[in-house]
Amino acid sequence: MKKLIRVTVNDMEYEVAVKPNQTLVDMLRYDLGLTGTKNGCGEGDCGACTVILDGTPVSSCLVLAVQADGRAITTIEGVEGKDGLHPLQKAFIEKGAVQCGFCTPGMVLSAKSLLDENPGPSEEEIREGISGNLCRCTGYLQIIDAVKSVSK
Amino acid sequence: MGEISMGKFDVINSRAVRVDASDKVRGRALYVDDMKMAGMLYGALLQSPLAHAEILNIDTTAAQRLPGVKSIITHKDAGLVKFGVSPARYDETIFCHDKVRHVGDNIAAVAATDLDTALRAVSLIKVDYRELPAVFTVEEAMAEGAPVLHAAFPRNITAEVQDEFGDVEAAFKQCDLIKTTSLVNKRQDAAFIEPQGCIASYDFSGNLTLYSSTQSPHYIQRVVSMVLGIPMGKVRVVKPYVGGGFGPKAATNHMELAACLLSMKTGKPVKMNFDRQQVFMHGRSRHQFFHHMTTGVKKDGTIMALKHDCYLNGGAYASFGIATVYYAGSLLGGPYKLPAMKYHGYRVYTNLPACGAQRGHGGVIARGCWEQQLDMIAQELGIDPIEMRLRNMMSAGDVTCNYLDMSSLGMKECVEAVRDRSGWKEKKGNLPPGKGIGMSCGFFVSGAGYPIYRSDTFHGTVIIKLTEDGGTALVYTASAEIGQGSDTTFAMIAAEAMGIPLECVRLESGDTDFGVDLGAYSSRQTLMTGLATKEAGEDIKRQVLEVLSEELHVPVEDMDIKKGFIVFKGEKPDITALRTRYIKEHRGWSDNPAMDEELSFREASRMAFLSRGSIVGKGKYKPPILGGQHKGAAVGTSPAYGCSAQVVELSVDEGTGKINIEKMTDAHDCGLAINRTSVEGQMYGSLSMGLGEALFEEVKFDDKGRVINDDLAEYKITRALDMPAIEPIIVESNEPNGPFGAKEVGEGAIMPAIPAILNAVADAIGVRIFELPLKPERVYMAIKEYKMKKEKEKGIEGKTLAGSSQKQA
Repeated sequence: MKKLIRVTVNDMEYEVAVKPNQTLVDMLRYDLGLTGTKNGCGEGDCGACTVILDGTPVSSCLVLAVQADGRAITTIEGVEGKDGLHPLQKAFIEKGAVQCGFCTPGMVLSAKSLLDENPGPSEEEIREGISGNLCRCTGYLQIIDAVKSVSK
Repeated sequence: MGEISMGKFDVINSRAVRVDASDKVRGRALYVDDMKMAGMLYGALLQSPLAHAEILNIDTTAAQRLPGVKSIITHKDAGLVKFGVSPARYDETIFCHDKVRHVGDNIAAVAATDLDTALRAVSLIKVDYRELPAVFTVEEAMAEGAPVLHAAFPRNITAEVQDEFGDVEAAFKQCDLIKTTSLVNKRQDAAFIEPQGCIASYDFSGNLTLYSSTQSPHYIQRVVSMVLGIPMGKVRVVKPYVGGGFGPKAATNHMELAACLLSMKTGKPVKMNFDRQQVFMHGRSRHQFFHHMTTGVKKDGTIMALKHDCYLNGGAYASFGIATVYYAGSLLGGPYKLPAMKYHGYRVYTNLPACGAQRGHGGVIARGCWEQQLDMIAQELGIDPIEMRLRNMMSAGDVTCNYLDMSSLGMKECVEAVRDRSGWKEKKGNLPPGKGIGMSCGFFVSGAGYPIYRSDTFHGTVIIKLTEDGGTALVYTASAEIGQGSDTTFAMIAAEAMGIPLECVRLESGDTDFGVDLGAYSSRQTLMTGLATKEAGEDIKRQVLEVLSEELHVPVEDMDIKKGFIVFKGEKPDITALRTRYIKEHRGWSDNPAMDEELSFREASRMAFLSRGSIVGKGKYKPPILGGQHKGAAVGTSPAYGCSAQVVELSVDEGTGKINIEKMTDAHDCGLAINRTSVEGQMYGSLSMGLGEALFEEVKFDDKGRVINDDLAEYKITRALDMPAIEPIIVESNEPNGPFGAKEVGEGAIMPAIPAILNAVADAIGVRIFELPLKPERVYMAIKEYKMKKEKEKGIEGKTLAGSSQKQA
């Protein structure tokens, strides 16, 4: 039996009928068509599905869609502002922090969430902040560099 | 190396922003699971829970009755056409019919209206098995009377390689020191973040389109065509963006073929994905290697001969394995002058998921074994390990004893660069206990010299078409962007060859309709697709200048195109008529050229269109005949070789055995760097993967052949917190066989990582370890054993090395 939930995603309100066992990543990708959120493992190990839920980064494969009822979500599609790309997105492009790009959305959201909390993180804090996001292509250093470059 | 200087080129040899980065940071780049088609069905696989069993019966009746199920296929529908990677070892069928050979072997597939229904249907298929004894290790598989996986391969030997170049025994007689050591790794996983996925769509005109997360659209197209009996012209394989590959995605998988067949049966598009457990069950990543090497040297460190035995635990099917076992031997031919080499390799079937190709194919653990041994030899001879390597180094123009031609080789420059930049001279021998410094060299092909199937095919074809308005060049290539940055590389090469800015190039790739390209494996694309792209670009330039020559009566050779404008070497001709004509065509447009501006490429190519219709440039590449005449000589050949050197600094906690990598200084000779940012990206990525493989990566099985750690928490790869500081140094030799002098970086860069870590660990703890990964308990035990041995040997002078003649594990 599906349940109707109401979620705010990237400042837009949606009413979605979801199955009780449906994950948030599944709802975002297949019901709302927000395929920028990636699913790499379905078990909360890789971080590719990271979204920001009420200000906190979560693995959306470990959150049920019904748990998001009444809450606000930011996905990669909502990171770009009215004035264009978020500074983090620009830095990822400029610093060569993107290779296959599959971890990129989750990585950007973890980094954004870190900077929202702590605008001037140390390198260790940056590494810690993205430690839940796996990347097999870049070796992380260009990503760390990108985050550092927009830190205050 | 002085021939190339920055600034000689307008587009390449720079730091370009990737053409796909802007979409990727927005989450707009489409990967296969992001795609959706009208009426699309969802597929799921039934895979064996047993490692080795006879199939007695498959009953699909309950599954058929489930509402929403549209098609169920088994070997009865799929047939038994064999496929695989090397045609000499086609040993797989889409579905098993007589027996299963590993946990995860494929038995049936279902297409249904949604994934839940498909998975439920799979669970309702009843299979009766008679379990057979299974073999999981090389020893078990090769034992007398062992169960055989494939009847045609007694003792489970997929392939046996015996090669000798020069006279090894005679050379050993002239040696002052002969050293024997071994190295064993564990099976590894490529751990790309995007699991394999595909969508197959069969239309009612009999055309099949397969969208897949593949590294080689061309090879998949051939296999799909062969197995399903559809002419190649009716099979189109399209690669959307791919979330990493590293090797395993280069071979056709059963899911791709099953999706195609399900789409043909149902007339609907069918989407299928592996989940992470299936990624591990499918495998095709790095083999487990058992290397055993004996090297003979002169007192001054001159390497005289290498005798090398190797066993590969290959899993249930051949996959890339024949190439792997050849590479494991042949890639030690360089980069040192080695007059004699003898190799005996076995690739062995076991009841585990098949292994295949992974970054540094076949060469990584062999390199680890040998470079650790060379370090030990240097130590025994009292020669600095870097000095000994330099004494033996080949240079450009040398040919190895197994006929590999070093057309360029910046190896010496790489070694000197890491030595000087790491502070090697000050640090080596002067570090406190627990701290170590180690180095290694690496060496890899820049594209396999021959295709996987025997053929005179071009390895890459490229088409460039100018848009009719003249402003944009469309580049079409079937090459595979899988994250390494090849789209950007070829857009840059095309722009450079045509003489236009990068912004004027639009590139489409990864589609078999665009031509032939063998794909992203063996670090081949930059050189091979690059040469085809360059030729196509030059063809365009020639055609545009020919038309201009007719219009302006200036000989073609007196003109060139640079930065989007026509350059006249002699007197500038009157372009008024031409320009007036162009402007007249574009009445009302705001971006027409002023009369006094230079003649632009856009105007010239518009004139070319008006004169000749579509301007299409064509490029193609295949390597010349390479290598020796011996059996298997093809594997290891390449039109060029990349090389690298690395210094690793680390500390070891003697109380826990935990290794902390502090710094890696890495130099790679990639020939001319097309995009320096991407070259460094490949170096960082390779080092990160090498670090993981050295320190923690290990696919573990239970006694039933099931993967225990089939997830990315328990199969530990390098995380952001594990990464040391890295200093990447790009060394640019000028490769005569590469486009603008370029060659590989994608795989060669991983080569020195594992041995440099092994050597640094030995430097830190005084003891050698001959088994990977270097997890804390292994390092701790090694330290403990070493200390006990030292206690016993108290009084003996000098540093003794434990385990230097350790038997093969």
